[in-house]
Amino acid sequence: MFLAASLAIFLTMALALARALVGPSVYDRVLAVNMFGTKTVLLLSVVAFLYGRPDFLDLALAYALINFIGVLAVLHFFENRHGSDTHNAEDK
Amino acid sequence: MATVLDVLSWIMLLGGGGFVLVGGIGILRLPDLYTRMHAASLTDTLGTLLILGGIMLQAGLTLASIKLVAIAIFLLLTGPTATYALANAALMSGMYPKDTKLPEDMPS
Repeated sequence: MFLAASLAIFLTMALALARALVGPSVYDRVLAVNMFGTKTVLLLSVVAFLYGRPDFLDLALAYALINFIGVLAVLHFFENRHGSDTHNAEDK
Repeated sequence: MATVLDVLSWIMLLGGGGFVLVGGIGILRLPDLYTRMHAASLTDTLGTLLILGGIMLQAGLTLASIKLVAIAIFLLLTGPTATYALANAALMSGMYPKDTKLPEDMPS
């Protein structure tokens, strides 16, 4: 049963990667990479129990935090690049 | 009792896998950035809760279960925040949803 769940997550990661490759705008790519990251966390949790090694949960925990910070940093970068005049630093 | 927990966790794992797969198909097939965002955030909350809950039922009351709760809390806090930040950045850069009529005082 862990195998079925991990296969579903793996397939979803492939689909998200395809969207990240073809995505028309940069936000599509950021969305797909964010989804790829959260699915990596889920896959790590499932694989930890599939192989009976609960140590992997620590990696999943660290990856969840790093993924969130990374997505926010990339968004901040592109926001400043395409930003309009109505959007300044005070509402961050 | 153990059989009931096993069946329940299998149902949750399979349901979570199904939801995650539906979200993955949605992120590839839906026509617009905002609809894709909807599909992706569906997998972030419901798929995560179902899969982590199913694993938790298998783990029982151990340290692994506590770590799983921490992972679930982090994902449930950061997923909607990242989706909101993404929608905000896309809207501020002038990307509007398809076929919407904008109000007059909308900043362009």
